[in-house]
Amino acid sequence: MERKKTETLKEIRDKWEKDIQEKGIQERKSQFFTRSKIPVKRVYTPLDLEEKGFEYVKDLNLPGEYPYTRGIDPLMYRENLWLMGQYGGFGSAEETNQRYKYLLDQGITAFTIALDLPTQMGYDSDHPMAEGEVGKTGVAVNSLKDIEVIFDGIPLNAVKMIGTLANAIGPIALSWFMVLAKKQKVSPTSFMVFLQNEILKEHVARGAYFLPIEAGLKLNVDVLEYSAKNLPNWLPIQLSGYHFRDAGSNAVQEIAFTLANLITYVEETIKRGLHVDDFVPQFVTHFASNLDVFEEVAKFRAYRRLWARLMKERFKAKDPRTMKATMNIYTAGSNLTAQQPMNNIARVTAAALAGVLGGGQFIFLSSMDESYQTPSEEAAMLAIRTQQILAHELGLTETVDPLGGSYYVESLTTRIEEEVWEYLKKIESMGGAMVAIEQGFYQSEIAEASYQLQKEIENKERIVVGLNEFKIDEKPKIKPLRYDPDAEKKVVSSLKEFKKSRGNAAVKKALDEVKRAAEKNENLVPPTMEAVKAYATLGEISNVLRDVYGEVVEGKSYF
Amino acid sequence: MEKKIRILIAKPGLDGHDRGAKIVARSLSDAGMEVIYTGLHQSPEQIVSAAIQEDVDGIGLSILSGAHMSHSQKVLNLLKERNAEDIFVFIGGIIPERDISELKEMGVAEIFTPGAESSEIIDFIQKRKNRTN
Repeated sequence: MERKKTETLKEIRDKWEKDIQEKGIQERKSQFFTRSKIPVKRVYTPLDLEEKGFEYVKDLNLPGEYPYTRGIDPLMYRENLWLMGQYGGFGSAEETNQRYKYLLDQGITAFTIALDLPTQMGYDSDHPMAEGEVGKTGVAVNSLKDIEVIFDGIPLNAVKMIGTLANAIGPIALSWFMVLAKKQKVSPTSFMVFLQNEILKEHVARGAYFLPIEAGLKLNVDVLEYSAKNLPNWLPIQLSGYHFRDAGSNAVQEIAFTLANLITYVEETIKRGLHVDDFVPQFVTHFASNLDVFEEVAKFRAYRRLWARLMKERFKAKDPRTMKATMNIYTAGSNLTAQQPMNNIARVTAAALAGVLGGGQFIFLSSMDESYQTPSEEAAMLAIRTQQILAHELGLTETVDPLGGSYYVESLTTRIEEEVWEYLKKIESMGGAMVAIEQGFYQSEIAEASYQLQKEIENKERIVVGLNEFKIDEKPKIKPLRYDPDAEKKVVSSLKEFKKSRGNAAVKKALDEVKRAAEKNENLVPPTMEAVKAYATLGEISNVLRDVYGEVVEGKSYF
Repeated sequence: MEKKIRILIAKPGLDGHDRGAKIVARSLSDAGMEVIYTGLHQSPEQIVSAAIQEDVDGIGLSILSGAHMSHSQKVLNLLKERNAEDIFVFIGGIIPERDISELKEMGVAEIFTPGAESSEIIDFIQKRKNRTN
């Protein structure tokens, strides 16, 4: 009976295709693709799923059930909305403190601390490489002293969640909050620290590293091991695909490279004697949400399924929490244009829609002006309001995984999953993520995709409204960063004063201990915590690591 | 045979966003130029040394971090100190309108902001090269 029905459908479809050909109906383009160059058919039917051997229970199941394609929770947004975030904040420690107090008064209890580049890369503000960069992309944190200023009058347990990047400086950043909690007599279990702590992707995109990749990875894993044993409610890593995407990768590469990195982090942490169920439930994934709504939804769904299958089949996870991929989704900044910036409101809304339909746990929206300036308050407010409109006005949250079962979305989900397995096999055969990165494999794949995308834009195969079509006569209104040129001098001189005022013998002793532990290949979190407590600076601790592990030698790079 | 135009694409400072730098490098290369890309985190000294060593016609600085004034000034000063002022300098990045005229006065030959097409950059380099020949 079932079989007969399908044959009929096949006949109907073949006839439909034949009719179109016979009538000679011309399509607008000779071929149709997703943004990531996956070919798209005229129409999708149950036949497409059948051809792939699609089985509902095996491939989708219900929300909250393995393989979690339809969502990690049974009720998703019917129970809790996603957490709405807004990245930002820069200036001095004092200004950041004022800003946080204001936000707390407004009832906001999740903060991100944007760090300036020298801090992210282990340089104190007085280092020559820091010149011109202090306080520019975030706040300069030279020592625990600055963290004390940032949280002056703010008990950590009044802040539910504190997020920061700390990809190259994970043990140091973790120590800031542990030591401050002790000083404030607050239990570290009464608040949550959310670190990015993911160096592999920095060696592919964004570049905030200073140690050789293997040493950087060791520091990340030290944080994972320490957190698994001592801080089970903290979130010590964000596997990051976002950066690949913003560097120009396609959707498949974004999740394939993220999963390849995940495998490396898991294997390295298992080597510390832990089981996946001991630490993977603390993992979060950080993705971009791009403009091709259906492809993005398929990407997020495919990722959940891939993650679940990897954890269960490869790593023998038993705890369902290990098999659930928690996603932190940011709308991709690289899609925004400096031209006619108001158009970005529509782009951000569409990308955020994909994040919601894709079932994200945290969603952050870009500000419409961020492609040409540090977001204005008005633009940041608009981004928050856009989230609230999506949450409350559009009917997106009334049922779970509303696109589940769409022939197109399910076909794309399966297709993306297949392509990702191919990439994973290839990376595995190269020797794993770290080798693939050292050999430039991710980088060349991303550079190629990014170049092709740019060419498509320049030859107008791809229309970007206001950029290569529908233009108006305007000059991009790029505003200078709100940046006080004396701020850097002030930070540097107060750092110098501070170094004179502290007990340098204790600092030296603590730094020697970091060195000893690094040479013995011990977990560096405990000695780093002692060094932070003794007010050793970030640069001093990082220099010990440079002495032991060496530095990255930069050089000519392919493109 | 005419000597190929040689260009150094450089990322000064700590900013590690090099999608644009790589796209420009590849576009210039596809347009028949010899292109060297320095990789990330270069000091002005390293950039100028590489430019002289590689005997380039021009240096393209990619700067998105907001630190364009100090980096550009240092590169130009070093070129002068080392008698290599014939090497022209152009910038790509998020550069505020206000800073563009100041950068040009400083001696930067051209500034390309978001939305610039690779053909504009190629045209600029070819014209610039013809001028100095």
